Amino acid sequence: MASKVIHAIYNDDDILMNAVKAVRKEHYHIEEVYTPFPVHGLDKAMGLEGTRIAITSFMYGILGLTVAIVMMNFIMIKDWPQDIGGKPSFSYIENMPAFVPIMFEMTVFFAAHLMVITFYMRSKLWPFKKAENPDPRTTDDHFLMAIDLGHHNADEVTKFLTGTGAIEISIIENEDDH
Amino acid sequence: MYTLPNKLKIFAIIFMVVGAIGMISGFLSAPKTTAEVEAMMASHHGEGHGNSAMDEMEDHGEGHGDVKTEEHADHEAHLTHVLHQLQNRPWSALYIASFFFFMISLGVLAFYAIQYAAQAGWSPVLFRVMEGITAYLPVASVIILLLLVLSATGVNHIFHWMDADLVNPESEHYDEIIAGKSSYLNVPFFLARAVVYLLGWNLYRYFSRKNSVADDTAENHAYFKKNFKLSAIFLVFFIVTESMMSWDWLMSFDPHWFSTLYGWYVFAGMMVSAITVIAMVTIFLKAQGYLEFVNDSHIHDLAKFMFGFSIFWTYLWFSQFMLIWYANIPEEVTYFVTRIEDYNLPFFAMLVMNFVFPVLLLMNSDYKRVNWFVIMTGIVILAGHYVDVFNMVMPATVGTSWFIGLPEIGSLFFFFGLFVLVVFTALAKKPLLAKHNPFIKESKHFHY
Repeated sequence: MASKVIHAIYNDDDILMNAVKAVRKEHYHIEEVYTPFPVHGLDKAMGLEGTRIAITSFMYGILGLTVAIVMMNFIMIKDWPQDIGGKPSFSYIENMPAFVPIMFEMTVFFAAHLMVITFYMRSKLWPFKKAENPDPRTTDDHFLMAIDLGHHNADEVTKFLTGTGAIEISIIENEDDH
Repeated sequence: MYTLPNKLKIFAIIFMVVGAIGMISGFLSAPKTTAEVEAMMASHHGEGHGNSAMDEMEDHGEGHGDVKTEEHADHEAHLTHVLHQLQNRPWSALYIASFFFFMISLGVLAFYAIQYAAQAGWSPVLFRVMEGITAYLPVASVIILLLLVLSATGVNHIFHWMDADLVNPESEHYDEIIAGKSSYLNVPFFLARAVVYLLGWNLYRYFSRKNSVADDTAENHAYFKKNFKLSAIFLVFFIVTESMMSWDWLMSFDPHWFSTLYGWYVFAGMMVSAITVIAMVTIFLKAQGYLEFVNDSHIHDLAKFMFGFSIFWTYLWFSQFMLIWYANIPEEVTYFVTRIEDYNLPFFAMLVMNFVFPVLLLMNSDYKRVNWFVIMTGIVILAGHYVDVFNMVMPATVGTSWFIGLPEIGSLFFFFGLFVLVVFTALAKKPLLAKHNPFIKESKHFHY
């Protein structure tokens, strides 16, 4: 089934923001917006669901903390206890202050790296992936809004989008059926 | 315009009166002779009340039980020691509570100066709230200076190093370490420094407030520019004098011990308490129907600062603790040994209240916007930082004879009442919006 997508290009983030709000008010379906830089508040204006990456970050942090505790307990207490500065060497809890920096670093390490990997997986990004953005100018100084035309009248939508400040409008026929 | 409700005034005055009663009874019930101390200990013993001072007494008794006369002399010396500790207790309690509220208003002043110097766009709607809180600074300065003068003139002995015998080579109490520090740590210089700090801070507070009020009716932004320059100069002065103040007014309680991190550590506690109080006063005024231009995003930002500075405080606390714990040098580590052994509960409770609690409660972004959540966390943070100051002062002044009882709670109530009265009276004096500030529009539209 062929679907039609309309691409409207803007050259200012403020105009884009207002256009997104106006388009949503008219109940057209925005498929995606491509921007050269993150636009503050765009996700809310588009009505996207809030991110859950903070929750994963918390869980990864807990995981990192646990790994650090288990690791230091094995290395410094169980496997090869050492006498450093006369500290008791057979108790984790009595040596705990010395391990706090490691616990902290591992928490941050796990949270940061696993969060990035999660983000890539969730966004379906991987090395050598072919770029998806429909117009290379969106990597420079233009903003592109892709709207699902559906059963709307193409001329009407075009006219409406011109009114919102789009500098260029094109209709794309999508042949693949997804 | 905000008007001070009568109810709040009465509320504050009740706190002051109840607090004053607690404080005075604390002073009156402090023992005057060693005989009284002995009687107090005996009665405590009879009740089976495991007072920490009592426990130490018993240890002493067992350890020196072999020679009768030596035991007696030792016992008498110990009683005198406990007597001094118990006499110090109401003074220390007074000092801690007065310093705690002083530190809040000073912290708010520094935070206010940072907002001006950074030309922050989000915060100008809160300027009048901050100015209201710093109105307590002159009052607190007078009280704290008075307390320092009382200590310096020998009315109380909470500052051990002020004892002239310690720096007198002829005396049997001659202390080489304190004598070595006496070019800095001597009473006249100490008081002169205190006057310089307090004068500098209060001058900034006076002129910045004056300019801020004058700006409301100004034609141009000359007053704002003046405040910008003034704030930058103040911040330079503040960061040096704040460190020195913390050495003088807190670290010198333990004159043998020193930590190079101490100034920052006190600063972190000061800032987190100050920002917590800004958030609490803002939420309180909002609940009364004022500050309609303050939105949840402003509260959110304050809560972020509470969260961030709590972690910053913990970071500094731990940096100070771990190095001393690891190096284990007797003259340094004694500071923490005393606190862990004799102040076990307040020491660890403070860590939970100042770190674990705010981290877990304020981590979630949504919770930072829930006003009652911020208030509840704020109460715990403030209690935690009171205990923090308590832990800085008490071990050196009252040793094992500590307790959070009438003198401590009385002093806290008194200064809380005074703080509320002064702050809210000041808030009622001027409009709650600094309407001509160049960033006020940005601040009103601030959203996250």
